[in-house]
Amino acid sequence: MKRLLLTRLADLLVVLFGVSVIVFLMIRLIPGDAVAIMLGANTEVTPERVAEMRARLGLDRPLVEQYLVWVGAALRGDLGTSIWTGRPVAAEILTHLWPTLELTLLSLALGAGLAVPVGCLMAQTRGGGADVAMRVGAIAGLTIPSFWLGIVLILTVAQLAPGFASLGYVPFNEDPVGNLQRMLLPSIALALPILANLSRLVRSAMLDALGQDYIRTARAKGAGEGLVVYKHALRNALIPFITSVGIMTGYLLGGAIVVEQVFAIPGLGRLILGAIAERNYPLIQATILVVTIGFVLVNFLVDLLYGFIDPRVRTS
Amino acid sequence: MMGTLRRNKLLTFALVLVALQVVLALGAAWIAPYDPMAQSVARRLRGPSELHWLGTDQLGRDVLARILHGYRTSLIACTLAVAIALFAGGTLGLVAAYYRGWLDRVIMRSMDVLFAFPVMLLAIGIIAVLGPHTWSASVAIAVVYTPIFARLLRGPALVICESEYVTGARAIGASDRRIILSHVLPNLASVVLVQTSLLLSAAILVEASLSFLGLGTQPPTPSLGLMLSEGRNFLLLSPWSALFAGFAILFLSFGFNLLGDALRDTLDPRLRGQP
Repeated sequence: MKRLLLTRLADLLVVLFGVSVIVFLMIRLIPGDAVAIMLGANTEVTPERVAEMRARLGLDRPLVEQYLVWVGAALRGDLGTSIWTGRPVAAEILTHLWPTLELTLLSLALGAGLAVPVGCLMAQTRGGGADVAMRVGAIAGLTIPSFWLGIVLILTVAQLAPGFASLGYVPFNEDPVGNLQRMLLPSIALALPILANLSRLVRSAMLDALGQDYIRTARAKGAGEGLVVYKHALRNALIPFITSVGIMTGYLLGGAIVVEQVFAIPGLGRLILGAIAERNYPLIQATILVVTIGFVLVNFLVDLLYGFIDPRVRTS
Repeated sequence: MMGTLRRNKLLTFALVLVALQVVLALGAAWIAPYDPMAQSVARRLRGPSELHWLGTDQLGRDVLARILHGYRTSLIACTLAVAIALFAGGTLGLVAAYYRGWLDRVIMRSMDVLFAFPVMLLAIGIIAVLGPHTWSASVAIAVVYTPIFARLLRGPALVICESEYVTGARAIGASDRRIILSHVLPNLASVVLVQTSLLLSAAILVEASLSFLGLGTQPPTPSLGLMLSEGRNFLLLSPWSALFAGFAILFLSFGFNLLGDALRDTLDPRLRGQP
C-alpha cells in the first residue's frame, strides 16, 4: 500500500506540474500581442499602456522566471488580481465556485445514486426485447444535450406550474428551500447522462459478478437471492463504478458550466465566459488551473480509494 | 443465430440513421427549402406550417433550412476534429508502443497531462487563446481527444508489437515504418472504427455546447448549438427553433453513438454485451 501511495503521488506531481505549465503558457500562445488584445477589449491601446500592463503582469521578464514567480504565488494562494476590477482573482473564483460545486455534487448524487438500483434492475431483467430497449434508452440518455434538456424542463415546468421558481440562484444558508428548488431542474438535466452511463456500467459489472464462482458458492450454501445480489454481487460490481464516478466529476464540471447558462446560475461558467468576453486572461488561467487541480485531486483520491477497497490493486 | 440477426439489425438501423443525416447535411444546399440566411420580418417566430415545416426563428428565417445547414457545420467541424485527433493521437500511441523506453514515457506522460483537464474546460481555454470560431472549436476538440486515441491505441499496439509476426517482419529486415503501418495498424482497425464513431458522437455534443456558449460558430452562420441559445430568448413566445435544434443535435449524436455500439458488438465478439 505504501509503495502504491508513493508511485501515485509521483504521478500526481508530474501531472500537476504539466497542467501548470500548459495553463501558464496559455497567455503566451495567443497569436499576436496578448497585452494589446487585452487592453483593446476595454481601452485605447497606447505603447505606454501596453508597457505598463506588461510590467504589471511580469510579461517583460524571462519565461522561466515568469513561471517560477507565477507558480510560487499560486502555491501561496495568490492567483493575481483581476486586470479590470482589481479584485483578487482567488476571491472572484471562490464566490463563483459554490453554485457550480453545489450543482455538480447534487447531479452526481442524483445520477450515481439512481444508477445503482437502475443498473441492478437492468441486470436482473436481462435478455430479449428488454435488453435492446434499455440499451437504446441508455444511449439516448447519454446523447441528450443536457443544456437542451434544461430548456425543455424549464418550458414544461412553466406550462405545468407557472409559479415554480426555476431560474437563478439563492445561497443555501439564506433560503434552503429556494436554493434546492432552483437547483432541482439543472441537477436533473445534468444527471441524466451520468445516470445513463453509470447504470450501464453497473449492469455489466453486475452480470459479470453474478457469473462468478463465489456467487455459486453463496447460492449453494443457501443464501437468499436478495442477499446474493445485493451483498455478494453488488459489492464487487461497485469497484469499477467508483473509478467511473471520479472521471464523471470532470464531465460534470464542464457540463455544469453550460447548464448554468441555461438556468442563469452565477457560477464558474458565468465567470469564465465573462472573462473571455473582456479578455481577462489571468482570470481565465486561474479558473482553469483551480478547477483542473480540483479534478486531478478527486481522481487521485478515487484511485487511492480503489486500492483500498480492492486488495488485488494493492498487492500488484 | 437470433442474437447475430438482432445485432446486425441494430447495426443496419444505426448505419441508416447516420447515412441519412450525413446525406441531409452534405445536400443541405439543395434539399433546404429556403436560404438559411433569408430573413423575413413578416414571418417571425412562426410555428410549424405548410410553408415552413419546422417554423421560423426570431428573424423569420426558416428553421428547417437552418437545421440542415447546421448539420453541415456541425458534421464538418466534428469530423475534422476527430480526424486530426485520430491522426495525432494514433501516431503518438503507435510510436510510444513500438519504440518503448523514454520516448514512450515522455509521450504518455504528456498525454496524461492533457487528459487531466476536464474536457469542456480545456476546450474553453483553447478557444480563449484562438478566439471564438468554428475552427477554434474543431482545434479544441482535436486537442481534447488526442490523448484518448493515444491511450486507446497504445495498449493493443503493445501486445501486437510483441507478437511473432512483428518479430518475423523485423527479422526479414522490414523498416520500422513498414512494420507500424502494414503490420500493427491494420490489426487495430476495429478498435479505431468503434472509438471514432463514439468520439464523433461526443464531439457533436461538445461542439454544440461550445456554440451554445458563443465560443464556437458565430452568427449568422447556421449552427445547431447557436440556434438553441438564440431560441432560448424566445422560448415562451415560440419554442420551435430551440426545440427542433435540440432534437437535431440529439439525433446526430445518438446515431453515431449507436453506430459505435453496434460496431463494437459486430467487430469484437469478446466485448458482446458490455456497456
